[in-house]
Amino acid sequence: MSDTPVLFEPRLKRRRRIARWSQGVFATSALIGVAFLAVLLFRVIVDGGSWVSWKFITNPPSDLDPNNCGAMSALFGTLWLIAMTAATSVPIGIAAAVYLEEYAPNNRLTRFIHVNISNLAGVPSIVYGILGLALFVRWLGFGRSVLAGALTLSLLILPVIIIASREALRAVPKSFRLAAYALGASRWQTVWAHVLPPALPGIMTGIILALSRALGEAAPLIMLGALTYVRFAPHSPMDPFTAMPVQIYNWCDRPDPEFQSLAAAGILVLLGVLLPLNALAVAVRVLHERRKAW
Amino acid sequence: MLSIATTFGILWVLAADSFAFFRQVSPIEFFFGTRWAPNLEPRSFGVLPLVSGTLLIAGGALMVALPVSLGSALFLSEYAPPWVRNSLKPTLEILAGIPTVVYGYFALMFITPHVLRPLFPNTEVFNGASAAIVVGIMIIPTIASLCDDAFRAVPRHLREAAFALSATRFEVTTRIVFPAAVSGIVASVLLAFARAIGETMAVALAAGMTPKLTLNPLESMQTLTGYIVQISMGDTPAGSLEYLTIFACGMTLFIMTLGVNLIAQRVMARFREAYE
Amino acid sequence: MVDVAESPPALRREIPRVVVTPLASRPPREEQGDMTSSAVITAEKLTIRYGSFPAVRAVCLEIPPRQVTAIIGPSGCGKSTLLRSMNRMNDFVPSASVEGTLLYGGQNVYGPGYDAVELRRRIGMVFQKPNPFPKSIFKNVAWGPLINGYTGNIEDLVEATLQRAALWDEVKDKLHESAYALSGGQQQRLCIARAIAMQPEVLLMDEPCSALDPIATTRIEDLIDQLKDRYTVILVTHNMQQAARVSDRTAFMYMGELIEVGVTHAMFTKPTNQRTQDYITGRFG
Repeated sequence: MSDTPVLFEPRLKRRRRIARWSQGVFATSALIGVAFLAVLLFRVIVDGGSWVSWKFITNPPSDLDPNNCGAMSALFGTLWLIAMTAATSVPIGIAAAVYLEEYAPNNRLTRFIHVNISNLAGVPSIVYGILGLALFVRWLGFGRSVLAGALTLSLLILPVIIIASREALRAVPKSFRLAAYALGASRWQTVWAHVLPPALPGIMTGIILALSRALGEAAPLIMLGALTYVRFAPHSPMDPFTAMPVQIYNWCDRPDPEFQSLAAAGILVLLGVLLPLNALAVAVRVLHERRKAW
Repeated sequence: MLSIATTFGILWVLAADSFAFFRQVSPIEFFFGTRWAPNLEPRSFGVLPLVSGTLLIAGGALMVALPVSLGSALFLSEYAPPWVRNSLKPTLEILAGIPTVVYGYFALMFITPHVLRPLFPNTEVFNGASAAIVVGIMIIPTIASLCDDAFRAVPRHLREAAFALSATRFEVTTRIVFPAAVSGIVASVLLAFARAIGETMAVALAAGMTPKLTLNPLESMQTLTGYIVQISMGDTPAGSLEYLTIFACGMTLFIMTLGVNLIAQRVMARFREAYE
Repeated sequence: MVDVAESPPALRREIPRVVVTPLASRPPREEQGDMTSSAVITAEKLTIRYGSFPAVRAVCLEIPPRQVTAIIGPSGCGKSTLLRSMNRMNDFVPSASVEGTLLYGGQNVYGPGYDAVELRRRIGMVFQKPNPFPKSIFKNVAWGPLINGYTGNIEDLVEATLQRAALWDEVKDKLHESAYALSGGQQQRLCIARAIAMQPEVLLMDEPCSALDPIATTRIEDLIDQLKDRYTVILVTHNMQQAARVSDRTAFMYMGELIEVGVTHAMFTKPTNQRTQDYITGRFG
C-alpha cells in the first residue's frame, strides 16, 4: 500500500488543557470530602465547646435543667456496653474466623456460611435492634438491660470482626503454614504460633473499627429501650441503661437551643473517644503494612 | 459450631419478622396501600409512603455522593502523588468512623437552617433534602474507598499501552481505566445504596416523622427506619398490631437491603473475573 | 556519569571509540548498515537514575534511520531503561531522574517544556507482554488514531495497519470480537499494529518475543524485517541469536554502560571488546 499521508489533527493544546483542568476537578472533589469533615467539626466545636466540662461528665441527665445536665449515665452506659460487647464478640469472632479459615473444608457449606456472613454484615443496624428486642428482651427475658444491649451489639459487629479476621488470616502467606507443617507441627500449633501472630495487626484493626462502630450505634439501643429516662449508671448487667449516642439523639430532639448545645457537647465527648480510636486502627494498619516482610 | 449459630441468626431474624407478617391485616394493603397511619383513625397500613421516603433519601444521597466519591477516587488512584495519597486516604477513613447521630445533628443544626433555608425559603424544619445530603456525605468514604481499590486493580500495563499511544492522562483515565473498573464501581455504588437505605439515626433526626408519599425533598417525610425508631420510643403494648408493624417494616427493610447486597456481590464476583 | 575508577582498563580504552564524534570525522565503512544519513535519535551522555542507583550511565548512542538496532546485554544492564527513556515512559516512575540529552528531531527530549505526549505520537512502543485493551480488535487498532484526531477513513486505516502487521487475514472476519480471544502471538502482532497505526517514525520494542512460543517468535521476527522498510526499529532483547538474526546494528550494554556498538555481523564475528566477546560466547549473562 502506498504511504498514506499523516492525517492527524492531534489538537494537543486543547487536550493538554483538558488534562490539566481535569486534574484540578478531581483534586477539588477529593478536597470536598475533607472540607465536609472540617465544617462538621467546626460547627460541633462552636456549638458545644463551651458546654464540655467536668460537670458535664459527672452529672446525670436532667430533662428540665440544661445547666446542670450531664452525661454521666450515658457515659457509664457506653463503657459497660463496650466492655461487655468486646468480651463476647471478640473471642467468638476470632475463633469463628480461625475455624472458617484454617479448619473448615472448602465445600459448599463453608462457602454458604461465608456468603451469609457477608450478607449479615450489610444488614442495617436497626434490624439487629428488632432481633435483639424479640430475642433478648422478650423471649429470653433479659428485659431492657445492659446485657441485652451488649448482646445485640455483639451480634451486630460479629460479622465485621469475622470478615476482617478472615482477611487478615488469608493475608498470611501459605509458605508460613507449610514450613511449620514440614517441621512436624500439629494444626493447632501451626495456627497458634505461626499464623495468628502475623495476622494479629490486621485482626486488631478490624476489632478496633468494629468496636468503634458499636460505640456510635444508637438505633438498635433505642429499640431495646435505652431511651427511657435513666439517671444512674448501671450497676449490674441486668440494669437499665442508656448510651452516649442515644443521649445525644435525645437532646437533639428537644426544642430548647440549650439542649442542642448539650448535644453538641456530647458529640464532642463521643468523638473525642472515637476519633483517636479510629486513628489508632489506621495507624496499626499502616505500620503493619510498612513492616511486612512479605 | 459458631458458624451454625450464625446461620441460625439469619433464619431467626427472618422468623421473628415474619411473626407479624402473617398476622398483618392484609399483605396487599401493606405493599400497595399509600397511606401509612397505624396509630390514627382510620387506620391504614399502606407502606408505600415509608418506602418512598426511604428510596428518595437514599437516591438523593447517591446523587450527592457519587460525583465527589468518583472524583476523589480517580484523584487518589491516578493523579495524586504518594504523599498526598497517604494523608488523604486516612482522612477519608476517619470520616467513615463518625457515628450517624452526629450526621443527624449536622443536618438539623446546620444544613437546614444555613444551607437549605437560604436557598429554598419554604423548606420545612424536617425535610428529606438535608437527610439526603448528610447520608450522602456519610457514604462518600465507602464509595471512594471501594472505587479507589477498583481503579488500582486495573493492571498497570493497560495504562502504559495507552500512554505509549500518545494519550493524555485524562484520556487514559476516562477511556481506559474507568471503563475497565466499571463493575467495581457499580458494586460499590450498590453497597452504598444498601447502606443508605438502612440508615436510621441521621434520617430520623433530619427528615421528620410524617409519612408522606411525595417527591418533594423539601418536605418532611419518614422512612422505614425512622418509623421503626418512632414506634419503639413510644409505649406500644407488646403484641398489639402497632407493635407488629415494627416487624413488618423490619422485614421489608431487610429484604430490600439483602436484595441490593446480593446484586452487589454478584457484580463484585464478575469484577474479579475480568482480569485473567 | 561514568565511574572511571570502576571500569577495567580495557573499557577505558574502548569507550572513546564509540562515543559519538562528528560524522565528518568518522572513517567511512563499506558494509551495509552504515550510518550514511543523520541519526534519528541521539543519546548524549545520557544517565538515568532510579533514586540514587544509576541504571544507565553516560550512554552515547546514535540510532540510524530505517534500520533495526538491537540493544543486548545481561539482565539488569539498563537496556529497557534506555529504551523507555526514548519515548519518555520513564516519566511514570516517580524515582527516575535523567541527566544528559536525548535528541530527537533536533530537540532535546528532556529539555524544558518539551511535550512528551507529542513525542509518543512519533515514537511508538511495543511491550514485553502483549497488552491489548479489553476492547474489540478493531477498537484496539483504532483507539490511538481516534484519540489523536485522525481525519481520514478509520476503517481503511485499520485494514491497512493490520495488513502491514501480517494479521489481517487471521482477523478480518472477527474485527469486532474481543482482543483477548486471540493467541499470545496474535495479540502481540495486534499490539504492533496498534503502535504502527499511529504512523510513527520510530518503533521501540521491549523484548517483544520473550513471552511467546518459538513459532510466534519467528513470525514476529519476519514482521520486524518487513517493518524496517518504513520505520526505524529499536529492539531490546536478551536473546542474542535473535539480535543476530534480525538487526542491522547491535549495541551491547553492561551494568548501565554502553560497551560496544556496531554493525551486527561485525560485532558477532569480530567484537572489539573483551567483555562483548565474553557475553557473546556465553561466558556470562
